[in-house]
Amino acid sequence: MQLIKDKQVIENKWHFLPDDTNLETGAITVSANRWQKDREQLLKHTGTVGVRLSPSNSVDEIVNDLNGIGLIELDFPDFADGRLFTFAWLLRNRYNYQGEIRATGHFMSGQVFYLSRVGVNAFALEKDEDVNASLEALNDFSVKYQ
Amino acid sequence: MYQYNAIDQTLVNERVAQFRRQTDQYLKGELSEDQFRALRLRNGLYVQTHAPMLRVAVPYGLLSAEQLRKLAHIARTYDKNYCHITTRQNVQYNWPKLEQVPDILAELAEVQMHAIQTSGNCMRNTTSDHLAGVCVDEIEDPRPYCEIIRQWTTLHPEFDYLPRKFKMAVSGALHDRAATQFHDIGLHLVKNDTGEIGFRVLVGGGLGRTPVIGQVIKPFLEKKHLLSYLEAILRIYNLFGRRDNKYKARIKILVRETGLKKFSALVDQEWLLIKDANELSEQQIEQIKSHFPVPAYEASANTDTSFELKKQQNPAFASWFKHNTTDHKVPGYRAAFISLKAPDSPPGDLTDSQLDAIADLSDRYSFGEIRSTHRQNLILADVKQADLFELWQKLDALKLATPNIGTVTDMICCPGLDFCSLANAGSIGVAKEINEALDDIDYIHDIGDLKINMSGCMNGCAHQSVGHIGILGVDKKGSEWYQITLGGSSENEASIGERLGPAVAKDEVTKAITTILDVYVKQRLEEESFLEMVNRVGVTPFKERVYAAN
Repeated sequence: MQLIKDKQVIENKWHFLPDDTNLETGAITVSANRWQKDREQLLKHTGTVGVRLSPSNSVDEIVNDLNGIGLIELDFPDFADGRLFTFAWLLRNRYNYQGEIRATGHFMSGQVFYLSRVGVNAFALEKDEDVNASLEALNDFSVKYQ
Repeated sequence: MYQYNAIDQTLVNERVAQFRRQTDQYLKGELSEDQFRALRLRNGLYVQTHAPMLRVAVPYGLLSAEQLRKLAHIARTYDKNYCHITTRQNVQYNWPKLEQVPDILAELAEVQMHAIQTSGNCMRNTTSDHLAGVCVDEIEDPRPYCEIIRQWTTLHPEFDYLPRKFKMAVSGALHDRAATQFHDIGLHLVKNDTGEIGFRVLVGGGLGRTPVIGQVIKPFLEKKHLLSYLEAILRIYNLFGRRDNKYKARIKILVRETGLKKFSALVDQEWLLIKDANELSEQQIEQIKSHFPVPAYEASANTDTSFELKKQQNPAFASWFKHNTTDHKVPGYRAAFISLKAPDSPPGDLTDSQLDAIADLSDRYSFGEIRSTHRQNLILADVKQADLFELWQKLDALKLATPNIGTVTDMICCPGLDFCSLANAGSIGVAKEINEALDDIDYIHDIGDLKINMSGCMNGCAHQSVGHIGILGVDKKGSEWYQITLGGSSENEASIGERLGPAVAKDEVTKAITTILDVYVKQRLEEESFLEMVNRVGVTPFKERVYAAN
């Protein structure tokens, strides 16, 4: 996996923990379901905690805890599921989330420009060869209507 | 008409460059079929039965002479010398080569055109009244609002991957010629009690497999809130529209399953949070309106009497005048339809030489502007009555003066099985056969206002469910059959056609249609239109004759 953040290729320091594994130290992300379930424990976690949202979640599940969340992953089961574009917009514009919003899963390089416009600033790429195409695509447009 | 500024032009140019790169990536095998499909659809490119099909956007149906010449050039250079007008007022090419599409898009960009969002699950080209700005029953010209919506919808980052396609139409007249009741969002310019003009907003209308008449969600929306309200609807749809079943993914299903009241409350809740920060200013609206100035009409145009004389001397001209021209708000002017429904030509098709010739005619007679209609014809909207005879002669020589606008042979017809990979049945061939059977123009004129819409499959591109007579091609065990409906309408008295009975075989369609017409002619009351008669008597008298005859 290669990571682009703020238009730079950087090393990933985050680690996703599946729901059935024990908590680890360091920078971990958990599912929104686990966040709901283990919220108290996770807020006391010594490392930093991120939350992974799927389209079937709602941003409402985490909006009250945004200060304690170091990373929000928007995990695409399928590039065609556009709900996550609205999630990103809501997190950045309505709830003023300042941390990293990262696209993960099955999005495509042809979508990174739109994703960046709605507030996603990091992209976990499935294939290494997508790095150049994605970096280029982030500069697809110099103008906008909205 | 609207002229691009530097931002518009840059955006379209950058879109071409983006798609060129995406096409290269695909051809090098770096994008999967699924991925490229989503990207190419958003640039108007389908893969059809024989070849790719490219759908070019004609925002709200308005074209310049220069743009028409470019469309002719593209037909000549990249296609088989013709193109097709669609029911969304767009233009389709049926034979482009995939590798050449970026070049075609670059050519289009030279004349301020594009193919952005003409397909795919995104916000599509906004359509409007083809008589906008010239009709006698207008409250306000809808085109500036269409342009405002065009800009807002174009490359909207949040709403490009919706559950399903999303279509909007704007009408500014008393008579709805834009089928606003059959759109995901329909906007009607209306005046409120205090004389202020705003929008009546309809939601959840649509054709296709499940035709639904849109419901009023906001009886009066102030103009300044236009975009924020659209944004609220789109956000709710994007979040809650069904994505588990493509046949249930349109907003009409969300509205139905949620209930209008609750849906409307969700939209309002969202809208309250965004409306104040997203107001359209009076200056913004005026700036866009300034692109649609009143043309330099001649005050003395109505003093001409020559056209009345020509009408008396030439019955063919008189017939064309009666059927293919319509009233204009300025005395001495008419809007002239260019019929793309000549008997021997596929409905809505135009050749490159016709396109060039129409461009010249528009320069000479109609301020260099042309409109496309959702019934697949063209219009020169501002013709002096003194010029009509000359225009008619020239159109006639081009086979573009068939006097059949609004009549039974002015059929809406999709490309059908001949071109479309979705189709179950042919439509062009059936249209031709019906046309051939109805070769008596006096009979056609006697029948009067009768709209036949024919689609080659359930997707309903030709809006068969709102045809006065609708014909729907279906596949029955590998052969082509046709379901007939009666009594549909997309105008003010919107209704969905009622099924006549079991589908009829391909070689019986024409007979069924002529039988229906015969029943109408024999049983109508004085001055009663076909639609009025169907509303009065229902489908039974037609059904009895059609199925007895078969």
